[in-house]
Amino acid sequence: MTLMAYSPFVAQVRLVNITKQFDGVTAVEDINLDIADREFMILLGPSGCGKSTLLRIIAGLEDPTEGEVWIGDKMVNDVLPKQRDVAMVFQSYALYPHKTVQANIEFPLKVRKVAKTERGVAALAAADSLGLGEYMQRKPAALSGGQRQRVALARAIVRKPAVFCMDEPLSNLDAKLRGETRAELIALHQRLESTFIYVTHDQVEAMTMGTRIAVMSRGHLEQLGSPQEVYDKPASVFVAQFVGMPPMNILPAGSLESGNHLVGVRPEQLEIAASGPLSMKVTLVEQLGHEVLVTGDVGAKRFVVRVAAHTIAPRIGDVVGLDAPEAGRHRFDATTEQRIDA
Amino acid sequence: MKKRRWRDFGLAGLMLGPSAAVLSLFVIYPLVKAVWYGHQRCDASLSKCRTTSWHQYIDAFRSNEFQDSLIVTLKYALITVPIGLVLGIALAVLADKHIKGIGIFRTIFSSTVATSVAVASVMWFFLLNPSVGILADWLGGSAKTPGLLQKQGLALWAVSASSIWANLGFTFIVVTAGLQSVPKDLYESAYVDGANGWSRFTNVTLPMISPTLLFASVVLVTRAFQSFGEIDLLTAGGPKGETTTLTYLAYGQGLATSNDGGLRATVSVLLFFVLLILALVQFRGLEKRVHYGN
Repeated sequence: MTLMAYSPFVAQVRLVNITKQFDGVTAVEDINLDIADREFMILLGPSGCGKSTLLRIIAGLEDPTEGEVWIGDKMVNDVLPKQRDVAMVFQSYALYPHKTVQANIEFPLKVRKVAKTERGVAALAAADSLGLGEYMQRKPAALSGGQRQRVALARAIVRKPAVFCMDEPLSNLDAKLRGETRAELIALHQRLESTFIYVTHDQVEAMTMGTRIAVMSRGHLEQLGSPQEVYDKPASVFVAQFVGMPPMNILPAGSLESGNHLVGVRPEQLEIAASGPLSMKVTLVEQLGHEVLVTGDVGAKRFVVRVAAHTIAPRIGDVVGLDAPEAGRHRFDATTEQRIDA
Repeated sequence: MKKRRWRDFGLAGLMLGPSAAVLSLFVIYPLVKAVWYGHQRCDASLSKCRTTSWHQYIDAFRSNEFQDSLIVTLKYALITVPIGLVLGIALAVLADKHIKGIGIFRTIFSSTVATSVAVASVMWFFLLNPSVGILADWLGGSAKTPGLLQKQGLALWAVSASSIWANLGFTFIVVTAGLQSVPKDLYESAYVDGANGWSRFTNVTLPMISPTLLFASVVLVTRAFQSFGEIDLLTAGGPKGETTTLTYLAYGQGLATSNDGGLRATVSVLLFFVLLILALVQFRGLEKRVHYGN
C-alpha cells in the first residue's frame, strides 16, 4: 500500500489495517480509516464496539497488535504519546484532585519544562477562552461537572496539540449542559483548527458535531460518511437501527416486497392510512409536544410511526393501515444485512 | 414523648453496654490505674506502694534515664519510619504491575505481616550472630568480635533493621491498597501529557496515596515508640543503654526502674502523652499535605 506523503504540520491521521487483541479476544479488527487534517471525526458505536480502543491506539495508550498508525507524515507505532502531538480528554476528565485549576492546566507545559511565567500566561489564556479565568485557584472538587469538563479541555488545548482525542467527554453531564457543551465544542473546533477525534455512543452528539461519522460494531467499521449520509443511506441494518431515534423499522423478507431481502423504513417515512400494504395494531401513543410516536405490532414485529403534532393520532387498540412510499424504503440483504440498493 | 425518649435511652445503653464494659475493663481501668500508680513508689510486683507526689511525673520526665531513652526512641523512630516507608512504597510500586506471577512477589513482600516479633527477632539474632550469622559474615564480623548487636554506635541500627523488616509487610499491604485506589485515567492523562515515570510518581502516585501514607506513618511511629520485643530479644537495651527505648525503660530488666512498679507506670503514662502529642503533631502537620478523595 502506498502511503500519501503529508506536510509535517498537517495533522492527518491514518489507520492502516489496525487490529487489537486483548488476551486473544479481538477488540478491533482490520480497521482502515483516514481522518483528514482539521476534521471532526466521530467514532460512534455501542459499548464494547472497540471505539475507545481505537482512540487509545491513536493516542498511544495501547499498541496495535497489527497495523500502522500514521499522524501527519510519520508512522507513530513506536512513538511515545508525548511525542505524538496528541492531547486526550477523558470521560472522567482525569483532573488531578490535589492540584488547583491553574496547576492542572499548566501540567502538560510543566512536564515539558516550559518556563513558569510562560506557562502561567498560556494557562490563563486557555482558561479565559473557556470562561474559567475566575476559578484558577480552586480545586476540581469545588467545581461543577461542566466546569471540570472545561478544565480538562483547557488542559488539552494549552499545549496546542495537532490532534485532540476525546473519549465520551460529555457523558457525565446532564442533558441541558450536554447540549450547551456540544455547541462549545463545535465552536472550539472551528477556533482551534485542529483535528478532533471524538468517541461517543450518543447519536445526537455524532450527528450534530461530526464532519464525518465512523460507525463501529463488534470491532469493525460498519460505515464511514457524513452524518446525513449515514442517516439517509445506512450501510447495514445495524447502522440503520443504531443511528436515528426511534430506530428504523425493519420488515422481514417477503412481507412488504417480494424477494429475499429486508426492507427498512424510518418512523417519519411511514404513513398512517385507512388501508395500506401493512396493518398495525396500536399498542402505545406517546405525545411529545412537537410530534407523536405511535407504536404498534405489525405481525410479530414492533413498529414505531412518527406523526406530526396536532394531527389526529390513532388510539390504543386501533388497527390502522401503514404505507411506506418507495423513496423511504431501504433494502438490506437478508443474510449479510448489508445495504443492497443504490 | 418523654417516655419514649427514656425507652430509647435504655435501648441505647443496652446496645452500648458490651462495648462500654470491654472498653472500661481493658482500656480505661488500666489507664486510670497506671496514672494512679504513676505518682507512687512501689515494689516490683506493685503489692506494696506508698504515695509520693504527682510531681513524680515531672521528676521522671527530667531524669537522665528518661531523657536518654527518649532520645534513643526518637533516633529509633527516625531510622525505622522513613526507611520502612520508602522501602514499603518502593516494593508496593514494583508489585503494582499486571504481569504474570506478580502474586508470588506480593505474597513474599507481605509475608512479614504474619511473622511475630519474636520469630523475626530470633531470625535476625541468628543472621547477625558473629559466629553463625550470614549477615554478620558479609559485614565482616567474626566469632571474636561482639557482633553488631553489642557494638556501640551500631546496635540501634541492627535492631532497626530487624524492626524495618518486620514492619515491611504491613507498609507494603497498606500502600498497595492505596495504589489500587488511584484512578488509572490520571496516570494515562499524565502519560499522554508527557510526564515520565518519576513525574507521574511525584505528581500522581504520591499525592493520591497521601492519606494512606499519613496513616502508615502514624502507625509506624507508634510502633517504633512501642517497640519492646525486638529490643528485649536482640540487645536487652544494651550496649550501655544505646537501645534502651522508652518502652524498654518501662518494662525491661536490670534498669533503675526495674524494681519499682510505680516508676514503670510513670514512664508508661509519660510515653502515652509523648505518643499522643506526636500523633497530633503528625495529623496537624501532615494533614495539610494530604488529599482526601475527589
